[in-house]
Order: sequence, then C-alpha cells, then structure tokens
Amino acid sequence: MSETLYRIAVTVNGVERTGQVTARTSLVDWLREHLHLTGTHIGCEHGICGACSIMLDGAPVRSCLIYAVQTDGHRVTTVEGLTHPDGRLSILQDSFCETHGLQCGYCTPGMLIAAQALLDANPRPSEDDIREAISGNLCRCTGYQQIVEAIALAAKRISGEPA
Amino acid sequence: MTKTAAASPYGFRYIGTKRRAKEHARFVTGHGNYAADVTLPGLKHVALAASPHASAKILAIRTDVARAMPGVHYVLTGEEFCSATDSLPIGVDAPKVTRWALARDRVRYAGEWVAAVVADSRALAEDAAELVEVEYEALPHVTDAEQAMAPGSALVHPAHGSNVVLHRDFIWGPVEDQFAKAEHHMRFRAIWNRNATVPIETFAVMAQWQPGTEILDIWASIQMPKYPDQTAKALRLPGNAVRVHYDVDVGGSYGVKRGIKHTVLVGFLAKRLGMPVRLVEDRLENMRGGDMHGPDRSFDIDAAFDGDGTIRALRIRAIDNVGAYAGRAPFQLGKPVSAICGPYKIPAIAYEPISVLTNKTPQEAVRGFGQAPTNFAIERTIDRIAGFLTMDPIALRQKNLIQHDQFPYTIPSGSTYDSGDYHAVLDKALAAIDYPALVERRDQARRAGLLAGIGIATCLEPSGGNSAFEPLLNPKNETTTWMDSCLVRIDLSGAITGIMGTSSSGQGHETLVSTVVGEILQRDPAQIRVIHADSLSALPSNSPVGSRMAIMLGGAAAGAARKIKETLLAIAAHNFECAKDDLDYRDGNVNLKGVPSKILSWDQLVEIAHRKFHAMPPDVEPGLQEKFTWQVPTGGGLPTPDGRIQIYPCYAFETHIVYVEIDSDTATPTIKRYVCGHDCGVMINPDIVHGMTYGGIAHGIGAALYEQFTYDDNGQLTSGTFMDYLIPSAREIPAITIVDHCTPSPLTTFGQKGSGEAGYLGAPAAVANAINDALAPRNVEINALPISHLAIWDALAGRNSR
Amino acid sequence: MKSPAFEYARAASIDEACELLSQHGDSAKVLAGGQSLVPMMAFRLLRPHWLIDISEIAPLQYIALETDVARTGACTRQCTVQCDATLAAQVPLLRQALAFVGHAQIRNRGTIGGSLVQADPSAELPLVAQILQARLVVRAKSGPRTLTAEDFFTGPMTTALAPDECLTEIQWPVWPDRSTGSAFTEVSRRHGDFAMVAAGAQVAVDAAGQCIRAAFGVGGAAPTPVAFPDLAQRLVGTSFNQALLRDVAQQAAAALEPGADTHASAAYRRHLAAVLATRVLQSAYDTARAAR
Repeated sequence: MSETLYRIAVTVNGVERTGQVTARTSLVDWLREHLHLTGTHIGCEHGICGACSIMLDGAPVRSCLIYAVQTDGHRVTTVEGLTHPDGRLSILQDSFCETHGLQCGYCTPGMLIAAQALLDANPRPSEDDIREAISGNLCRCTGYQQIVEAIALAAKRISGEPA
Repeated sequence: MTKTAAASPYGFRYIGTKRRAKEHARFVTGHGNYAADVTLPGLKHVALAASPHASAKILAIRTDVARAMPGVHYVLTGEEFCSATDSLPIGVDAPKVTRWALARDRVRYAGEWVAAVVADSRALAEDAAELVEVEYEALPHVTDAEQAMAPGSALVHPAHGSNVVLHRDFIWGPVEDQFAKAEHHMRFRAIWNRNATVPIETFAVMAQWQPGTEILDIWASIQMPKYPDQTAKALRLPGNAVRVHYDVDVGGSYGVKRGIKHTVLVGFLAKRLGMPVRLVEDRLENMRGGDMHGPDRSFDIDAAFDGDGTIRALRIRAIDNVGAYAGRAPFQLGKPVSAICGPYKIPAIAYEPISVLTNKTPQEAVRGFGQAPTNFAIERTIDRIAGFLTMDPIALRQKNLIQHDQFPYTIPSGSTYDSGDYHAVLDKALAAIDYPALVERRDQARRAGLLAGIGIATCLEPSGGNSAFEPLLNPKNETTTWMDSCLVRIDLSGAITGIMGTSSSGQGHETLVSTVVGEILQRDPAQIRVIHADSLSALPSNSPVGSRMAIMLGGAAAGAARKIKETLLAIAAHNFECAKDDLDYRDGNVNLKGVPSKILSWDQLVEIAHRKFHAMPPDVEPGLQEKFTWQVPTGGGLPTPDGRIQIYPCYAFETHIVYVEIDSDTATPTIKRYVCGHDCGVMINPDIVHGMTYGGIAHGIGAALYEQFTYDDNGQLTSGTFMDYLIPSAREIPAITIVDHCTPSPLTTFGQKGSGEAGYLGAPAAVANAINDALAPRNVEINALPISHLAIWDALAGRNSR
Repeated sequence: MKSPAFEYARAASIDEACELLSQHGDSAKVLAGGQSLVPMMAFRLLRPHWLIDISEIAPLQYIALETDVARTGACTRQCTVQCDATLAAQVPLLRQALAFVGHAQIRNRGTIGGSLVQADPSAELPLVAQILQARLVVRAKSGPRTLTAEDFFTGPMTTALAPDECLTEIQWPVWPDRSTGSAFTEVSRRHGDFAMVAAGAQVAVDAAGQCIRAAFGVGGAAPTPVAFPDLAQRLVGTSFNQALLRDVAQQAAAALEPGADTHASAAYRRHLAAVLATRVLQSAYDTARAAR
C-alpha cells in the first residue's frame, strides 16, 4: 500500500517551490528533506520548543505542527529568507552576532523568526514584550539574556536610535 | 556594522577584548551544518522498537511482519547485534555489567531499545517498528536506589551479584577527631532528583561504510572523549577504520551528547547493509532511551562545627541512582572529590560515594559532572549551619572561605586549588546587588505578607578536565593524561589555519583558537580560519568535556603558534646572520633590533619557508606547520593509597545572590533579582564566558525549580515530553547581572581558567537557599530539588510531597 | 514522531466538509489549526484514515458583533480574536483568557473552535465558554444544531459532537450591563503551559456598585471546565464582602473533582481553585465598579 502523493506549490522565501508530498509530511520535514532548507531545525516535533518556527503568510508558527500539504498556495519564510538577497545579514541577524545572542546556534533560526515577527509588529518593544515574544522558543545555551539584548539592539538600530 | 573594540583589561592585544564569535555568521543565516543536515545519496533511516517494561525477559521477537513492509530494508535485534559487536566500555570495575545498544534476553528499563528498523524514510521505519512483535515476561523492577541496595532487591544485572557498582569510603584528615572536638553536629539529607541538560537538538548520527577503503565514516552530534576509539573497538574494527567527521556543528551538549550506543548501532547497520544509515532520535526516544539523564543523588550530610561558625569536618554519603547500565556515569561521583570541601577551609572530610543500578534510564555525564549536586548539598549545609547558629549566612561564609593569601591551597582530598580571591568576589557581588537594600526589600515584602527570601551560594568550578577520577574509582584504570592539541598552518598565501581534533557545541572554539593564535602571532584573528579535522587527520583530543577547552585547547593553540613564531624568527636570524635575540617580531614581520630597514615581512618569511630552501636555516623543516599537544598542567599522577589526588588544575569561583518571592496562596515562586560574581581568571572572550554563565544559571534554575525525570510505580518515565519535562523559557529566567573578577591561574598560558560549567554549579544551591530563606518564617524547609509549586504548597501545608 | 499515514482532503466549503464527514464518519478527523491534533498524531495517539482540513474555509472565519451576542466562526484564529479590540470590549474575558493560551506561534495557527473541540479540561477557551454559557453551532450533512457549552463538554477531551458533525460557530453572550468587569487567571508551572488550575469571572454592577449579574468558573480541576451559575447567583445583590466571596469560592472548590499528576495533587488543585476563584471574582467586581 503506497501513500497518496499530493502536489503542492508554496512560495518559500519569495520563490515558488513545488513538490509532491505524502499527507503526513510535516512542513519542517518538507523544507529540510525536500527543499534542503536545513536552517529550520527540529527540536521536539510536538510544538513546545519553537526550534522549527517559520513564518506562514507573515505570522510565526511551528512548522512541526503543520502538514506540508496544508501550505499549498501559501507563503513561507524561513531563516534563510531573513538574509538580504546579496547575502548581507539583516539588522536582526547582525545584532544577534553583536551581542553574542547565540551559542550552539540550534534554536537560533526559530528565535530569529519569533524576534523578526515581534519587530515587524512592534518596532519599539519593551524587555517584557521581547521576553513574551520569545517565550515559545526554548534555548539551553544562553539563558536568553544575550538574545533579549540582541533584539533590543536590533529595535534600536531599526528605529535609528544610537545603539 | 558596529563593533566595539574595547581594550583588553589584561593588556593583551586580542585576548579579553570584545570580539564577535567566528561561528555566528553561519548560524544566523541558517547555514549551520548539524548532523541531521548532512545527507548522502541513498540514505536510509532508523527507528527503534523499545521496551514497554521496566524489567522483563525477552521470550521471543518476531520481525517478519515488519520486515515485509514495503520500504523496509532490515530489522536488527539484539541476538545478531550483540554477537557481532562488543559491549560498550564500563568505567567502573564491574565487568559483568555489559551494555549494548539493543537488548538481548532481558530489558532493564522502559524505553530500552529492542529492535532497530531500517527503511527508506523515518516515517516508514516508525510504521514498521510498531509491527515488531516482542513477547515479554515481566520481572520485578526497582527504581529507588536505596531499595535497590537492600537485601532481596530485584537485581538489574544478576550476573553482577548486586546493584551496587561503586562503593568507596574515603577518609581525608582527622575526621573522628574533629567530630569529637566540635561543639555542634548537624545532620540532614539533601536530594538532587534526576534531571539533565537536555539540548534542543537530540542526538543524531549517520554512518557510511566504504568497502573500497574499508573506512566507516561517521557524522554525529557528538561531544565525547575517545569516541572514535570506542566505536571502533565495539565494532571490532581497527581504530584507523573509523573516521569521525568533527566538522559537524553540535546543537548543544552540556555533557550529554555521547551517543556511543547509537553510533555503534548505526555503524553496524551501515556496514552490514552496505547503505548509508542515519538515526535521528525523536524527542520521545531521546528522553526515554537516549541515555542522557543526569545525576539522581541523595546526600546524607553530617557536619561538625563550633559556635563561632568554624566548620571542622563533614561526613558526606552520596548515593547516586545511575540507572540500568554503568557506563561512565558513576565517575560523576568522582569529580566532586576535587572540590569536596567547596571553597572552605574544612580540614577533614569523610566521603562515601555509592553508585547504584536501578531500572531507570542510564545516566550520562551532565554539565559539571556531579559537581552541581555536590555544591547544592554543601551550600545547603552552610545555610543550615548558619540557621542553627542564628548566624548571618554571609558572615559564616566569610569566616570559612579560603583566604586570598592562602593559595595555592591543598584540601584534604589532595587537590591543590591554584588561585582565587573568594572574599573579593563575594564583596563585589554583594555590592552589585546592594545587599543592605535587598535585605530591606525582603523585609518589607515580608511585612506586606509575602514570603520572600535571599539565597547565597559560593561555589567552585574545578576546570581543565582531567580524567584522574578514573584511576581513583577504578584501580584497574591508569589514565593519567587527558591531553589536547592544536595544529597551526601558514599556507603559501600567508593565510593562517588552526586545526583542532574535536567538534564544538556552542563553546566558540573557532573563536578561541583564532584569538589565541592571533595574540601570539600578532595577526588579526578575523583572518584566521579554524577547522575541525576528522578523527583520522586530527591530533589527539579529549573533547570539550570537564570545562577544559579555554585551558587545554587554548594552551595547545598558543603552543603551536609559539613554535611557528620561533620558526619565523629562526628564518630571519639565518638570513640576517644574527641571533634570534637580536630580532624584533612585530605583527608577523621580523626586523633586526634598532634597524627598521633590515626587515623580513610576513609574506617574505612565509615564502622562504614554503619555496626557498636555500634561504632556510639548516635545522628547520620547510613548510610552516606546527602541532602542539598539551598535557593537563597538573596531570600525570596516580592517586595515593588513601585516595588523595589532583584531578583538575584550575578552580574558578562563583558567588550567586538570588532574591525570590513566593505567592503563598498559590505557592508560586518568582525570581526577582539575580547577581552572579564570577572569577575564571583571564577571559579570552568575555562575551562567550558571560554567555555560558547565563546559560549555566538558566540550567541551574531549571534544576532548582522545574526539571525532573519522574517515574511512576511501574517504572515508566512520566516526564518524557516537553509538556512534562519543563525547560524554563525567557519568562521564567530573570535578567541576570554578572560581575567579573580576575585572579589569573598561575598554571595556564594566559591565566585563564575553565568556565563551561559556570553558573550551573551554584544556581541550584542559591535558588534553593533563597526559597528556604523565604520559607523560614513558616518554619518549614525543602531540601529536595526541583522545588515545584506542589513541593512548596505541601511544605506550607505541612505535608511531605515526596 | 512522524504521524501515521492518512489521506488528506481540504474542504472548500462547509457543505463539502459535512459531505466528507458523512462519507468517512468515524475514520475521519477534522483538522483546523492542528495545534493539538498534530502533536497527538505525532505521538501516534490518534490514527484517523482521513484528515479533513477546514482551516481554509473562509465562511468559518469571522467575528460578527450583535447587541447581545458576539459570533465567531469556528476557524477564526486565536490571534485574530485576541487582537480584535471591538470584540475585546464586548467579551473581554476572551482576550484575557487568550493571553494564557500557549505562545504567539500557537495562537497564530490555533483556532477558537479547535480548542473547544479538543476539550482539554485545563484549556482556557472551554472554560470561558462554560462561564459565559456560550452556544455552539454544529453542522452535519443533515443540518445544523445548537448546543450549550454545558451540553457540549461531556468529559476530558470529549464532546457531544457526533463523528459526522463539525463545529461552525460559537456565540458568546454579550452582557448588556454598562458596568461589567471580568478577570481570568491561572497557575501553571511555566508561562504558556496548560493550567494546573485556571479561573475566570465576569461581574456586572449597578450604579451603586451592587452586583447585578455574576458568572465564574474553574478549569483544570474536574473532567471538564466547570461554571458555577448557582453559586454566582448568591453574589447578586451584594457588594462582594470577603466572607461571602470566600464562602462561594470554597463551595465551588468543594464541588470539584480534581485529578492528580506529577505537577499537582488533587488537594493542591482544590486549594488553587478556591484561591483563584476568589481572586478573579474580586478582580472582576473591582473592574466593574471602576467602570461605573
């Protein structure tokens, strides 16, 4: 008994990608295994750790809790899509580097997605806003401190304040 | 963009300055190279069938239905696997406690792997794993260590004859005498329940057998000493038939990324099937059968002290529930020997470590290697003595802390502390938190009806990872070196490459090596590339365990760079027909002292070394490549017959001050303030040291309040998902203030000490002390971690929740 | 943790969803936001042959405000409800409760109806539905019917939905009283976790500050979230004196049947129920008075 394959077309980081997937293929597995976009990581596959966070139609969601087939016709942004097309780091990515907002790097893509969504919605977040926005993303290296600093720094830079 | 280039506080050019980590750019762009990111054509995937029983006989395994499923290539059971491979190493002297990745005849914990399915996709492998039929006969099980020690207990490994795999009685100093002389005695029990550092990346390994070269290639999220050797040995291959690719980024380890059983299994399958095979633990496998739980320990403490606060002696009995197999985990009772009296002048210690097998998931090394639980027990002891004497816990600490002018200081168990200024660090932390104001805040909160408490911990981080606890705890083991090494190469273009022989899991080793090499050679670290060689190309390494890489890899990189520098000087001396002492080395260029025009530039020197043998001094090898292998500075000795030993060379010190408020109606604790004073000598990269310290504190807060691997009466893990195993988020971890102090180590290249376990070693103790200070007005006490809401409520209600 | 194999159908309309459900019945599950369903699939605790995806049906995503009722389509995302200021003005308890639902990533995908159908006894939205006596419109191929929240929640993770039925709309009563206040709180080990115990309340007062209407309920301490309309009635006509409040809360707690797990014992849950019920009632009352 072979599984039914479903044809999907998804705009991933601005480019339409098509594929054939089984219904049970999670979005994160499709991104990683089929599109080789391995920047999005798997941590728990039950929606707690946030490592697999991506943006779906601009909103951060867990890609382990969405089947790829559900995203047919939608827009997905992964960490690879945060970098400028010419390869330059975004202000947020650069701020993470500046404050040492990462160590092993494993939770980082999900953190960046959550933080970018925050800054898109709220360019001047308080520390509480920042902690709330990343509270669905677990990190075991940093104790979150330098991540919070990175996001605050990025907010300052985006709004043109002296960092 | 902006890069603040503050000057080094230590007078170095690069060491101690703010420098971005070399690793970050690839991680923030999604270009890390983790084990699960590496793929090969034709890759097959493994899923596991696991035991539902805590203890059972395997009567029969039927694999035909699973094997017949489309897409399934193989189903391996213990019968074949255990016959074709050797047992994984057993650290302690318990040769019958053998261990394979797949159980044969008997399962010893719920979640133990019984069969491995190889299929075209992980999903298909899981489908088939569900169809592996195993017939079990349930056996009595035991999950409590003391019950397992009692006569008549079910035996986890009947062939061993007992559940105890390690039991020693160390007496260091005049313990009896001190107890006899002491004005007061105090006994209590402290319990560190089972938790682990639980990285967000599970363990992943991929293997491919190359029949043409007869090499087994391995990509794994590994951080483990002797990993290639152990893999080869278990697979009955020569060591040079296993090639571990260390250029894999590891998504966090903190001690636990030691999937040796996973690797032997996958290596066997890859060779047996002639296909590349990958196993990526899912979170359920990781929590239950990934064998990465940490210490699970009870301490019975007896303290002898006088009315003025002088602590005379401690008796410490530590019973550790090591789970179903021994491995290396029992040695976690050994590291604390190196700091068994903490930072205090305690002249006599009795230490009785006991490691006990039970039907729980096997333990693995966890950040601190047993030191964090021990520090928790010692620091609870200090606070309880203070409470007993109604003495200020800070004053009691100040009275007993080793003084700055007493270093080097040798403790009763034979370890010499290299350097420190504990009083200064404590003072700095007290000043940073404005201690008198904090006390006033607490007292005000108490007057307003809240439970509020301040917790202090003053703790040590023994660092520089030696493995001398091995000969201490297993007389048949004579390990006395735990070297690390680095190779530095200057190519024809003049570019510098540093090469290390291990993987990294977030510690920034590329940044470390480039900074150190740049410092010595006076070349910009940003231009220095650092790579991780594979295990057949690499120099010896013992991996980043035991808080050692700043000391050991840093020392090795400096050693190799110095050799390069000497070669450059020798080339210049030869060409200028002068002595090396007549030369100045500046930024890689060499000139005759006082004669600026008489200069050979970096590029010219490199070209001579690579192309102009006629310009080379006669006794110098051409090409510019040097390796340096460093022995742990104080390593090399076996223990004395009474068990005195120097295990770690360097001792970092940390003071934690925590302020906690508890909503007594809901038993909800909230950490309101957190200050950590930290002295790990010279910080090669302060951002990296601070980062690890913040992270260690977060781990410690998790251990103190949230995280526990709980088991039910049937021996089933009941916190095997992230819904039940509670990793704290940015909302639970408070903002933390770190205050630095620097007492350089006299034993290391730049005065650095280790910091990989920083924060974790004191946070659990400090948080527990704060909670207990908060509870003190109600006359109740909690000495078991984690201190859950329920534990607080039970304590306040006069119940015992455990 | 890969889901077992299944067939997928994306319903384009409510009628199509009902048609598919009538075809597949017991062997199908409705997939909305998937934030509870997909983890259960990953744990292989559910093995439907079909998942019928209703999350793309536009007519299931709306917020419609009327004088005495706020209607939300079942597939309205939780974040949409949380961000709707007009709805928050009419049914403030919804926004207050949603602040405790998971994390932003969950609320961006999770739907209002999905949480109700999941019927976790600790979940926030079922509790709000109970407290406000929401009405739930469900549809089968044969037609719609409307259930009260009380009838809808039948046990832990179970509802009165028939296998061929799909929740389509939730009707949240809007209290007509000018001075209304509400409050929601919970105790969980970590922020964003399911509650050990949750409590919510809504109170309206007259110009003199006397209670004219009250409702409250407790989640996480019984097989379903529980509202206490009879006990709430005792508060009407009073100014919420402490003794009465405590007595009402204690009686509510006594009526619960809490379970035990590693995080909370039954006794602790019962205790929390009384504490939190007192707090939300007091807070709702204070807010209502301040709104005079």
